[in-house]
Amino acid sequence: MSVASPAIAIVLTAVVGCALFSALGKNPLTAFYTFFVAPVAGVNGVAELFLKASPLMLIAMGLAVGFRANVWNIGAEGQLTVGAIAAGGVALHFYGSNSPLILPAMIVAGALGGIAWAAIPALLRTRFNANEILVSLMLTYVAGLLLNYLVHGPWRDPQGYNFPQSQQFTAAELYPILIPGTRLNASVLIAFGAIAAGWAFIEKSFLGYQMRVAGLAGGAARYAGFSLKRTVWIGMLAGGAAAGLAGVGEVAGPIGQLLSSVSPGYGFAAIIVAFVGRLHPLGIFLASLLMSLLYLGGEQAQMSLNLPPAITGIFEGMLLFFLLGADVFVNYRLKRRRTARGAPASAA
Amino acid sequence: MSVPRLQLSGIRKAYPAVVANDGIDLEVMPGEIHAILGENGAGKSTLMKIIYGVTRPDEGEIEWEGRRVTIASPAVARKLGIGMVFQHFSLFETLTVAENVALSVQGAQRGANLKARIEELSQRYGLPLDPQRLVHSLSMGERQRVEIVRCLFDDPKLLIMDEPTSVLAPQAVERLFETLRRLAREGCSILYISHKLDEIKTLCHSATVISAGRVTGTCDPSKETSESLARLMIGRDLPVVAHPAPAQDGEVRLAIAELSRVSADPFGTDLKNISLTVRSGEIVGIAGASGNGQRELLEVVSGEEPLERPGVITVCGVEAGRLGPAERRAIGLAFVPADRLGRAVVGSLSLAENALLTANGAGMVRRGFIVFDAVQRFAERCIERFGVKCGGPSAQAKSLSGGNLQKYIVGREILHEPKLLVVSHPTWGVDVNATAFIRQALIELRDAGAGLLVVSDELDELFELCDRIAVIAGGRLSPAKPVAETSVEEIGLWMSGLWPASQAARVA
Amino acid sequence: MSDLVVPIAVATIGAGTPLVFAALGELVTEKSGVLNLGVDGMMLVGAVAAFAVTVATGNEWLGIGASMLAGGAMALLFCAFTLTLLANQVASGLALSIFGAGLSAFAGRSFQTVTLTSPPPLHVPLLGDIPLVGPILFSQQALVYCSWALLALVSWFLYKTRAGLVLRAVGESPASAHAIGYHVIPIRYLAAIFGGAMAGLGGAYLSLIYTPTWVENMTAGRGWIALGLVVFATWRPVRVLLGAYLFGGVTIAQLFAQGAGVAVPSQFLSALPYLATIVVLAAISRNPNTIRLNAPVSLGLSYHPDG
Repeated sequence: MSVASPAIAIVLTAVVGCALFSALGKNPLTAFYTFFVAPVAGVNGVAELFLKASPLMLIAMGLAVGFRANVWNIGAEGQLTVGAIAAGGVALHFYGSNSPLILPAMIVAGALGGIAWAAIPALLRTRFNANEILVSLMLTYVAGLLLNYLVHGPWRDPQGYNFPQSQQFTAAELYPILIPGTRLNASVLIAFGAIAAGWAFIEKSFLGYQMRVAGLAGGAARYAGFSLKRTVWIGMLAGGAAAGLAGVGEVAGPIGQLLSSVSPGYGFAAIIVAFVGRLHPLGIFLASLLMSLLYLGGEQAQMSLNLPPAITGIFEGMLLFFLLGADVFVNYRLKRRRTARGAPASAA
Repeated sequence: MSVPRLQLSGIRKAYPAVVANDGIDLEVMPGEIHAILGENGAGKSTLMKIIYGVTRPDEGEIEWEGRRVTIASPAVARKLGIGMVFQHFSLFETLTVAENVALSVQGAQRGANLKARIEELSQRYGLPLDPQRLVHSLSMGERQRVEIVRCLFDDPKLLIMDEPTSVLAPQAVERLFETLRRLAREGCSILYISHKLDEIKTLCHSATVISAGRVTGTCDPSKETSESLARLMIGRDLPVVAHPAPAQDGEVRLAIAELSRVSADPFGTDLKNISLTVRSGEIVGIAGASGNGQRELLEVVSGEEPLERPGVITVCGVEAGRLGPAERRAIGLAFVPADRLGRAVVGSLSLAENALLTANGAGMVRRGFIVFDAVQRFAERCIERFGVKCGGPSAQAKSLSGGNLQKYIVGREILHEPKLLVVSHPTWGVDVNATAFIRQALIELRDAGAGLLVVSDELDELFELCDRIAVIAGGRLSPAKPVAETSVEEIGLWMSGLWPASQAARVA
Repeated sequence: MSDLVVPIAVATIGAGTPLVFAALGELVTEKSGVLNLGVDGMMLVGAVAAFAVTVATGNEWLGIGASMLAGGAMALLFCAFTLTLLANQVASGLALSIFGAGLSAFAGRSFQTVTLTSPPPLHVPLLGDIPLVGPILFSQQALVYCSWALLALVSWFLYKTRAGLVLRAVGESPASAHAIGYHVIPIRYLAAIFGGAMAGLGGAYLSLIYTPTWVENMTAGRGWIALGLVVFATWRPVRVLLGAYLFGGVTIAQLFAQGAGVAVPSQFLSALPYLATIVVLAAISRNPNTIRLNAPVSLGLSYHPDG
């Protein structure tokens, strides 16, 4: 039952996608092939698939911990940015050093950066009741501007011909490559680790249970004595840490430096991945691969079919909408059959 | 032979798991006060929803003043002349009385006229109201008046009252009856839904008794005894709860001293100078119509609302003001709240998963991880010992009937062997058999040495269960009197706040 | 310095106007109990629609009409998911925002290099010549006058008409409203579609007047700021206007800081509106009673009709 909705959503998206291709004057089958199949042909393709899926699954897992508890961290993109800034700051500060401690320090800094950026909405929510959706989102824009300032100003590469970018990181400041000849680096292992840790937390831990209750029925959580404040903090910081780590993964990975933009919207795409993955570790794993395919397909379609880059955004949005619709449909039908049980209580 | 105002024939309404109404016939004459009598879960509410157009019947016919009609929605019902005063008021708290009435009035009625008519109607039927007041500032009794006046605007020919006295103090009940009798004299028919036998005997001309979705009898209640009515309602005599004498002078399990507190909720009730003691081996009851501070008091007792000042509340001998619910459970408190789904249990979780909610560890959590076996076993024990009819420990909590769910919840708390059990409205919406079971279980817990605090608005229940009884009114608590030394009338009087001042604590 | 007062005031009003439209629209939506987080997406779609139609037809009023249609259509989509299919309002609103961003970027791709000239302000004779007050109040864009008219309209509607009373009742307690006999879902549809049309209108102001051009994601988060604005204004129309101009002022701070020769990095000044939103949200939400007494009680909760 739980798998039905994502499956339906995917099929619908593919169908509408083909219709869209036709409408744009492209042969739907060729376009479908270019978009969904060609990108993953060959070892390099699969490596790219996992390379893009890695930040998505990592962030989505962190976000899911919060979403399950009705803690809505929408600012993952900003937390990713700050994580990247923190890691980049460490890299630039110790530039030229070959110490094996640099990369771990960058990773830790990145996680802390993301945590710090997520701590702001958490604090404002627990102390001032401020809506964490709006606060975390506002901070995304602030983070982007901060990065922009840094790469245009104090952190700009003096040898960089005045482009807004930092110095390129040295080998000691980059993740080692896992599969030679590809760009797939060791950060994907962190992503896998997050999925495993997320599974253990959600399914087996008492704390995970408490957060689940908080998300399902706030009154019951209060009755049980489960701390709402703790729920908000854990929910926000899990996403923040994950996003920060993803940020390190980008700048110490394929990008290799700080630029004015370090993410093609992973923080927002991860939200969709979390939902399509039903907020469940396995689902998130699969959904991140799907979303990664959409990204790759979009790039491919741009190059070979002359389709506009915005097409990826449309597919993402469509996928989420179809999921919501399919979800409701599936639940609705089941709800109708179960409505009976509710009747005696209301007939009293 | 006059034409019945309302006639139902063969009404049937089935939901996938239960038949709520099975071939119900009903006849109401003009000017008649007709009771619909039945225990909780018998199908009264469903029937009323059908008459008022909220739901449609699967089979059967409705005749209004001799004509066949289909009541497709509340709007249609109102056009026919049917008005309904709900048990749970459909009022808008942040709007005024006049605005609330304006919302339900059909056809354009100007501002000045509206207020004048509200005043006229409220005078005429003994329901004093100030049109400018915001609804959230009104008492329960006053809010009910708004509901009634709202219906009267339509000049109804049939007025449905759904359990109207559950929120009223005894004196207010008498005032309500006067209003209803007056309406009936003017030709309005009244459908009075209740399970309170003595009220029906006092007020109603006739009664239709419903049990398990079927009509088991029609009668003139004034000619029947409580026993005969009860037999019609449940098919046999009312079960009696065995109630031996309480223990004396046990240790103090709950001590509240001069608790005063402003409600966090702007629409709530402030607590004023409350003092109370509950000892082991006794059941103390707090009577009161809902909305008098019970919720606020219980939140302080359960730990959901912490207290800053020390010395105000002690649980099992331990200073408890700063302790949260989980910590209070650790020292021996257990709590059954009035709300089940969404508070006592999470509806979409299984019974086993809900066992974890108040377990506070108790062998079910080791080093931060859940021990699923222990959880399962606990749930099985609870289900078996308390006779919970369900699909096993993995059944979703919301799939249980009201009575069975309450048995599970009460059972879950009792199985933790608490030293102090606080229960709010233990048998609200629960069928008669489960009610007797639960009440018996509470008494047995008392005999085993626990102290119990029971909050309820049903005086019968409190008199049956409790050793001592107090009244909460307007946020103040009366002294607790031994049940043997008081009566329903006296408690009813106290519910208006009129207990002897010398015995009460200092008034704020 | 005194000769800066008029330009500052005029620019503040100009910067605040898209927020006025979007926030007033969302206010009406929320008063009915619906929380539509897709405001930013609806603004973007409105902006691109207005621009495209204006370029194609040369008539900016057609463009404005198109923006309202586009915004309303997006809101309709949102309603179908949340009011009829009962999907989660938060998730659906996010989906709408993301979808709106993608859709508008897609639709506007061929317009990125086109520029329009914004129409001249409407100058009210005589009144517009009064020193100081004249240029600020009586020599504004037609849409600015519309925004003031909208404020009056919304206030009157909500508090002086029966329909507005019904809307507020629906937002307070849909179950009670249904019990009395009002059709909750259609009322919410209308409120949300109105909100969408207004968001679209706000977007049209951006792409036709504020910066008469189309750029991807040109709202820069204004839709989200509008959402914060509704909370900040505790759901009261007049406060929405004041708040919008406050934010407008903060937005253009950058221009005037540079004019005054203040050497602050431009990014910090650009960040001010977002930081300001955070601060006011925290300040206003601090007292839970403020929200409790002013927010529509059923806001964001799915309404399940009986049966």
